[in-house]
Amino acid sequence: MARPLDVEALPAQAPRATAATPGASTARRWWRRFARNRGAVFGLAVFLAIILMAVFAGLLAPYDPLIQGVGPANAAPTWTHWAGTDSFGRDMLSRIIYGARIALVVGIGAVLLAMVVGVALGLVAGYYGGWVDVVIMRVMDGLFAFPIIILAIAMMAVMGFGVKNVIIAVGVGFVAPFARVTRADVLAVKEEPYIEAARLAGVPGPAIIARHVLPNVLAPIIVQAALRVSGAIITESGLSFLGLGPPPPTPVWGSMIAEGRNFIVMAPHISTIPGIALMVTVVGLNLLGDGLRDALDPRLRR
Amino acid sequence: MDPVLEVRDLVVEFTTEDGPLRAVDGVSFSIGRGEIVGLVGESGAGKTLTSEALLGLIRCPPGRVSGEVRFRGRNLLALEEPALARIRGKEIAMIFQNPGASLNPVFRVGDQLVEAMALHLGDGRGVLRRRAAQILTRVGIPSAATRARDYPHQFSGGMAQRVMIGMGVACAPGLLIADEPTTALDVTIQAQVLSLIRRLAREMGMAVLLVSHDLGIVSQMCHRVIVMYAGRIVEEAAIATVFRAPAHPYTRALIACLPGLDDGGRLGAIGGVMPGLKAVPRGCRFHPRCNLAEPRCAVEEPVLRPAGADQIAACHLVGTE
Amino acid sequence: MLRFFLSRIGQTIAVLFTVSVIIFVLMRLIPGDPVLMMLGDDFTQDAYQRLRAQLGFDRSVVTQYLIWLQAILRGDLGDSYLSHERVSRLVWDAFLPTLSLVVASMLVGILVAVPSGIVAAMRKDSAWDWGSMGFAIFVYSMPSFWKGIVLIWIFSVHLRWFPAVGYVHPWQEFWDGMWRLVLPAVTLGTFFSGLVARIIRSSLLEVLDQDFIKAARARGVRQAALVYRHALANALIPVVTVIGLQFGALLGGAVLTETVFGIPGMGRLTVAAILNRDYAIVQGTILLGVFAVVVVNLAVDLTYAFLNPRIRVA
Repeated sequence: MARPLDVEALPAQAPRATAATPGASTARRWWRRFARNRGAVFGLAVFLAIILMAVFAGLLAPYDPLIQGVGPANAAPTWTHWAGTDSFGRDMLSRIIYGARIALVVGIGAVLLAMVVGVALGLVAGYYGGWVDVVIMRVMDGLFAFPIIILAIAMMAVMGFGVKNVIIAVGVGFVAPFARVTRADVLAVKEEPYIEAARLAGVPGPAIIARHVLPNVLAPIIVQAALRVSGAIITESGLSFLGLGPPPPTPVWGSMIAEGRNFIVMAPHISTIPGIALMVTVVGLNLLGDGLRDALDPRLRR
Repeated sequence: MDPVLEVRDLVVEFTTEDGPLRAVDGVSFSIGRGEIVGLVGESGAGKTLTSEALLGLIRCPPGRVSGEVRFRGRNLLALEEPALARIRGKEIAMIFQNPGASLNPVFRVGDQLVEAMALHLGDGRGVLRRRAAQILTRVGIPSAATRARDYPHQFSGGMAQRVMIGMGVACAPGLLIADEPTTALDVTIQAQVLSLIRRLAREMGMAVLLVSHDLGIVSQMCHRVIVMYAGRIVEEAAIATVFRAPAHPYTRALIACLPGLDDGGRLGAIGGVMPGLKAVPRGCRFHPRCNLAEPRCAVEEPVLRPAGADQIAACHLVGTE
Repeated sequence: MLRFFLSRIGQTIAVLFTVSVIIFVLMRLIPGDPVLMMLGDDFTQDAYQRLRAQLGFDRSVVTQYLIWLQAILRGDLGDSYLSHERVSRLVWDAFLPTLSLVVASMLVGILVAVPSGIVAAMRKDSAWDWGSMGFAIFVYSMPSFWKGIVLIWIFSVHLRWFPAVGYVHPWQEFWDGMWRLVLPAVTLGTFFSGLVARIIRSSLLEVLDQDFIKAARARGVRQAALVYRHALANALIPVVTVIGLQFGALLGGAVLTETVFGIPGMGRLTVAAILNRDYAIVQGTILLGVFAVVVVNLAVDLTYAFLNPRIRVA
């Protein structure tokens, strides 16, 4: 007669899954695939550079970004001020370096928030199905219908301005994509035999979700996250540009670009240079996201 | 009588990270007018690539095709694209394994049939449309005129393959290449499709190259059989001869694997796996799986030599029995 | 097909309903007394009580929602807190410029993306491929508002080819209107094209790999017809869906682009309204904007179903 199935001894890894318990060799394989993509490596370098800038802003910035009058107003880049000065005489380079901080905090914060909420909703909707699924996905559909910036604007109207609120506003906008992606993968994984086995053995739902479902849907979620950070940063910059972001004199790339508009003729660097910083960051993050996607999920590669 | 197709030393090579690999390594054969020839072998033996190489369907690079393929006197491998395109579909036609996937899903079936003919025949659209309906009827599709306005997804596998056959013979080619035409179909439909091919070949005096891994199908259809292994031809003989007295151990093993009604036991199998392109054994490519292998077989590669009347095989043991 | 049509319409209604609830909730969450804000300077105790009762503030939330929903469905979006003009009038006047900007941007985007994507797919891994895909990523990553500023700097300030700000309805003054739309449409459109070009490329590559292309080639179809007839007909169908779905993103982008180019569209109206705390207008623009997005999504889905024979014909 058959012995009762020892579910806890079952590997938490399906033949198709690669993310459940990645050994050192799988990780190295990913890395090799990733490293072959030069764009992705550049993106990673940019990402690390931005992180360094944000973390070590105090050490890297030559001046205090908030102090006015450290140099003549609207001065073009010179040796004392590598990125010039703005209309208040503040050093642009320092403001750009500190701007990386806000960009990163908002970008990563919003995506983390969206990921936690969205993935949780997706897991529940996908695994339990039924009316829970319908209700959750209808709400997600509703959220999804809002262009992100419009939703963010609406939320800022409710909550007021400030960094924390920007993170929440942008994060809420990204919940729906995470929920959808997670749910789609959960639906596929749900049919795998080891899930059925765990259920028959009486493992409670939440434990199944946490232990068996989640590790196997992780890869596409990470890819989504990487791809969305750049979108979050762009949205935040857009909000700041419109005047709906962290209030002045906080150095934020978006509002710096807005300030520079008035001086576009005589001091174009005030708008241009933060814009370049923003663009390089976004390009790098997009390339990084693409590279991660190609490395982790070669099925999607073209 | 002049052969319709003459293949000499066909080589299909691919450049890979591990260097050039030969998937088809020096294959030579010929097909006579009206002859049905079977090309048999396991998956990966190179038979599909051989058939695709004949019509220049292999993407080069990364592939590289060399040798000679003489069709009605001309070397197809030396032709440029426009000339090849005129031959494809008109003088040599090809049908593939998955009929549902061989038709463009967004165009109507009748339109695709008309296009196939319009490419090579000079007649007007109206004439071609009528002929398309006739062809569909001839291949056994009921209500041809109505069905011609349907889309591919509305056809079952067997029906779709009939359509493909119809497209293949629409311009009365001299040779039809059929690459695993029934593998994706139900067994009952298989027999119908095969008999359709046989009937059309006979009616039109058309030669057929039937590529398959299934010796059973080949035995029903073909006059002659070519057996491939790991990119090489290991045996070629008339169909009756092959089944009565197979010369190559691989052929013998393949025949032994065919399920018979009075077997009563397990299905036969050939131990081991066919070598991949990267791991071709020294000497005879089949020797690691051969139960008759001698020391010589691991060192020297056998060449094709006569094994009987109308039979050749590449085995050291041939001719010594 | 009919079943598909009906189910999609049903889904759309469900989404619109959810959206209305979300907007209602958001508006109610705004700190402050909305009735007070609506009355503004016309405040009297009497008017206050009357308006409160009229809007159902003395009853349950659900009733308030229903009253609100009824008004919306009638087309009554309320009055601006500040100017007391009809919100529906203000929002509609602002919607038209935004719409013309979005449409012009889509046209520009498609004109750029389609050839670019096709060339990249046909010459895969060549300089053309890397070049146009690189350009696509570059252009897609540039924040649209910054791109607008840069374009103004180059083409308006230095070259003086185009006016920097100002808008005219193209249907009133065609050439003037179109000319003024060039820079904004290029700004927004190139962002859109960056995304679409990559998708066209990958869709085309995927289709070219399929069996029916090989089978068609085996029938003698020439290379040009294979690509431009057989492959493209299949590859462009999913692209249509993507293009339509981007309408929402374009609308969002329009908000920023309008601010840069001084176009009196919904974006400018909304931002000004938020800074002025004129939440009636904010509600109005968001309602119309999201409604437009949902309707366009529905249209896109139906178009896709029509184009794809697998859905159109049983």
